[in-house]
Amino acid sequence: MLLKAFLVGGTICLIGQLLMDLTSHKITPGHILVGFVTAGVVISSLGYYQPLVDFAGAGATVPLTGFGHLLAQGAIEEARRAGILGVFKGALSAAAGGITAAVVFGYLAALAFKPKG
Amino acid sequence: MKKIGQQTVPFTNPPVIIAAACIAGPKEGKGPLKDSFDKVLEDIYYGEKTWEKAEQRIFQETMELALEKANLKTGDIDFMLAGDLTNQIIAANFTARSLAIPFIGLYGACSTMYEGLALGSMLIDGGFARYVLVGASSHYATAERQFRFPTEQGVQRAMSAQWTVTGSGAIVLGSEGQGTRITHATVGRVVDFGEGDASDMGAAMAPAAADTLLQHFRDTGRSPGDYDLIATGDLGKYGRQLVIKLTEQQAPALSDRYTDCGVLIFDESQDTHAGGSGCGCSAVVTCGHILDQINQGRIKRFLGVGTGALLSPCSCQQGESIPGIGHAVAMEAG
Repeated sequence: MLLKAFLVGGTICLIGQLLMDLTSHKITPGHILVGFVTAGVVISSLGYYQPLVDFAGAGATVPLTGFGHLLAQGAIEEARRAGILGVFKGALSAAAGGITAAVVFGYLAALAFKPKG
Repeated sequence: MKKIGQQTVPFTNPPVIIAAACIAGPKEGKGPLKDSFDKVLEDIYYGEKTWEKAEQRIFQETMELALEKANLKTGDIDFMLAGDLTNQIIAANFTARSLAIPFIGLYGACSTMYEGLALGSMLIDGGFARYVLVGASSHYATAERQFRFPTEQGVQRAMSAQWTVTGSGAIVLGSEGQGTRITHATVGRVVDFGEGDASDMGAAMAPAAADTLLQHFRDTGRSPGDYDLIATGDLGKYGRQLVIKLTEQQAPALSDRYTDCGVLIFDESQDTHAGGSGCGCSAVVTCGHILDQINQGRIKRFLGVGTGALLSPCSCQQGESIPGIGHAVAMEAG
C-alpha cells in the first residue's frame, strides 16, 4: 500500500512540477492549485477518482485533486439526499474536517514558530 | 546649460565622495565581498520584531555610520536623498524622521542609489548644497513579501530569479574635500522590451542598462576602454549576458571590463540562482567593494549603472510587462 501511495501521489505531484517548470511564467502556482482542485472535481464526478483512492489511499486523497474529489462526492451525496440545494451544501460539509484542520494547525504553527525568511 | 548630448551631465566641480558606509545581511556576509562591508548582521530580524523594522534600523545605522566617517553631524547636511523597495519607501521615510535632515524621498526601484548619486551631484555642482547624504536599502524578506510571495509560503524560486540583497549603503557627497569624485551622470530612459516575468527581472532591466551605457558613450565621446571597470546594479548573470549581447555591435570592448554587482555579491555555492538584486545590491557593492578598489588605486575610472525594474505587484497581476531603467554615474579616483 505504501508503495502504491508513493507512486500515485508522486505521479500527481510530478505532473504539477512539470506544469510549473515547462510552462510560461503566466501559469502561476495559484493557477496550478485551482487547476488541480478543479481537475479532481471533474474526474471524481465522472466516477474515475474513487477507483484511484481505493487503489492508492492517501496517495490519491492527500494531493489537491483529492480535495476536489471530496468536494464533488460531498455535493453529489447531499444532492441525492436533500435535492438540488444539496449541491451547494454538501461540498463544504464533506471537506469541513480538512479545512478546519488546516486553519487550526496553521494558527498553532504561526503561534509556535517565527518565519526565518 | 551643463547638459551634454541627450542625457548626460558632466560636473564642472565634480562632487567628492567624502565617506561611504554599508551594512549587509548574513547571507551577503558569507559571500565573496564579506570583507568590504562595515558590518554584517547575524540574522535578518536584527533584533527587531518584523523584517520591515529591521530594514529601517539597518538603513538608519548605515546613514549614521556614513556621517560618523565623514565627521559630520546631521545639521551639516543640506539634503538627504534616499529610497528603498518597501511600500511608500517607509524604511527611508522613517530614517528621515529620525535624522531630521531635509529629505527628498526617491523611488527608482533598485536603481535608487545611483538615482540619488546623480541628483545629489547635481545639487552640489549646481551650488544648491554643500553636503548631501545619499542612501538606499533593501531586505530579502520585505522585498519578497512586497513583490513576489511571502517567504513563509515556500514558493519554489525560478532559476532566473535573483536573491534580494539584505543591506544598505550610504554616501556623503561634498562640494570639496579629498576623495573619489563623481564626474558624470547619465539619467536613464524607461525602456520596456515586453518582459513580463517577475522572476526574471535581469532580463527586464538589461535593455534599459544597455540603452543608458550606449547613450553615455555617445554623449561623452568616451568608450568602454576609458573605464577600468563598468558595473551594472543588479542584472544577475543572465541580465549581464543580455547587456553584452545588446551592446556588442556598438561597444564591443565592453565585455572584458564589465561586471554586475548582483554577480559579484554571491558565489555559485550560495544557491541564489541568478545572483543578487535589490536597492541594497548596487548600494553595498558600490559603497564597499568598488569604492575600496578605487581608494586602493586598483581602479582609476569607474562607470556604474544602477538598474531598476519599475513594476508593482498590481501591474504584474494585471498582466503588464516590466519597464526598466538605468542611471549611470562615472567616478574617478581623487
